[in-house]
Amino acid sequence: MSETTHDGTVAVGAPVSPDEGLTAAELAAKYGLSVSGARPSLGEYVRQLWGRRHFILAFSQAKLTAQYSKAKLGQLWQVATPLLNAAVYFFIFGLLLGARRGIPSDVYVPFLVTGVFVFTFTQSSVLAGVRAISGNLGLVRALHFPRASLPISFALQQLQQLLFSMIVLVVIMVAFRSYPDLSWLLVLPALALQFVFNTGLALIFARMGSKTPDLAQLMPFVLRTWMYASGVMFSIPAMLEDKNVPSWVADVLQWNPAAVYMDLVRFALIEGYDSSYLPPHVWAFALGWAVLAGVVGFVYFWKAEERYGRG
Amino acid sequence: MADDKTGARVPTVIADDLHIVYRVNGARSGRGSATAALSRILRRGEERGVRTVHAVRGVSFVAYRGEAIGLIGSNGSGKSTLLRAIAGLLPAERGKVYTDGQPSLLGVNAALMNDLTGERNIILGGLAMGMSREEIKERYQDIVDFSGINEKGDFITLPMRTYSSGMAARLRFSIAAAKDHDVLMIDEALATGDRKFQKRSEARIRELRKEAGTVFLVSHNNKSIRDTCDRVLWLERGELRMDGPTDEVLREYEKFTGK
Repeated sequence: MSETTHDGTVAVGAPVSPDEGLTAAELAAKYGLSVSGARPSLGEYVRQLWGRRHFILAFSQAKLTAQYSKAKLGQLWQVATPLLNAAVYFFIFGLLLGARRGIPSDVYVPFLVTGVFVFTFTQSSVLAGVRAISGNLGLVRALHFPRASLPISFALQQLQQLLFSMIVLVVIMVAFRSYPDLSWLLVLPALALQFVFNTGLALIFARMGSKTPDLAQLMPFVLRTWMYASGVMFSIPAMLEDKNVPSWVADVLQWNPAAVYMDLVRFALIEGYDSSYLPPHVWAFALGWAVLAGVVGFVYFWKAEERYGRG
Repeated sequence: MADDKTGARVPTVIADDLHIVYRVNGARSGRGSATAALSRILRRGEERGVRTVHAVRGVSFVAYRGEAIGLIGSNGSGKSTLLRAIAGLLPAERGKVYTDGQPSLLGVNAALMNDLTGERNIILGGLAMGMSREEIKERYQDIVDFSGINEKGDFITLPMRTYSSGMAARLRFSIAAAKDHDVLMIDEALATGDRKFQKRSEARIRELRKEAGTVFLVSHNNKSIRDTCDRVLWLERGELRMDGPTDEVLREYEKFTGK
């Protein structure tokens, strides 16, 4: 039935069939075969992603618990880590550097802690996003699922992490005489918008990080610069007050997404932090940044869907 | 090729002049010093600091429903790469692969999360494959029993990092085999299990074939290829060297490897 040719390959006498003479593409079309690993349309991609919503949620929870599974104190670290973080920042900026000017002292501690927690939410989402694909190549190469599941799942993990931090935050609020009231509900839309914004960033950096793993080394510096420029440990208007700069400079600095989300959460939670600290149109900017990052990030990530896993 | 019994054979996988190229960062000169990296960046020309490996070179074949196809060849001949490309996990440099539905690849390195318990891994693996929570709950006990993880005590509730390599491989295979696949590709996953487990998996592969699926099997064990496959593809240096009935190809292959 077969015969060895001079170059070592074997010519096989194929049985006569009605498909004789069809090219591969024609044969595939006849039996409804599709190109393996081709990128689905945007609508189909959203549908597939929705189908994996349980996976996204379960994966984020699994990652969250796996984080401290080797530590002796276990899940206690979920709360202890943000608490220690806040303590360090208070020691350096509140006590050593005295960055609290313009803010009453019973407002400053909640102000600082809220800023640290909210910024950390964005920061760790971006850092997790950079490694979402490049750090999970094994999973990407082994199983088939819409790749956007990974960055979204990591952003969701950070959201759950933030909820643990919120427990610490409530204790600190009460300790500094900001008691729960109706305005606390404003935290929900603010964090929801920030979550969409973070997911968009995570998607963007997941694609960039899959192509250029070097970003994992570079991004911590970029993010630290962003943190110091966003007024995590000082109030932007108070800092610029005696600097003789036009007032729109403060507005522009406060419209940066990290500052917007921090200010909104502070405004919602802290008793003495009223709307005079907020830049104009702050909710519009919060919504705008979320929609912009979310849509751009999703489309940008989807455009390279079929190329993840190479390298 | 397998004999034509029914007359109407339905193709499930078509590879058309497929080329796969890996790009490896920072492996150009083999020297890893910072100055070498800097001079590479400064030097213009072809892609900097990137080396390419042409792993699969122009492979074409058609696989049909109900076939079990073995892939043989020496180490590094491109077998695993070819399977990943069929599964759509590696993008093709040139050429195309057409498939019926979504092929599933089951490899030795199929990553599960080592920090999590076997139990959690079963649920996550099932969800990632697109099974619903109810389906997973339904098959959970079957998966555990099939893997045999709990034969020596309650290991399923321990983190996977505590498993031996054989146990981990068995659990991975059991998870992947729990789903009915149109096209299932098995990459040396059977080599790690003990004899009892190999028997069970061979039976499961036959079952999957009966459900009108196509099975690809990579193995260095010619006996398990003979037992399960009716057609064999022989890859050497990324090229398809031979494609035919199991006995013929294995005879040539054994001659080639000097057995």
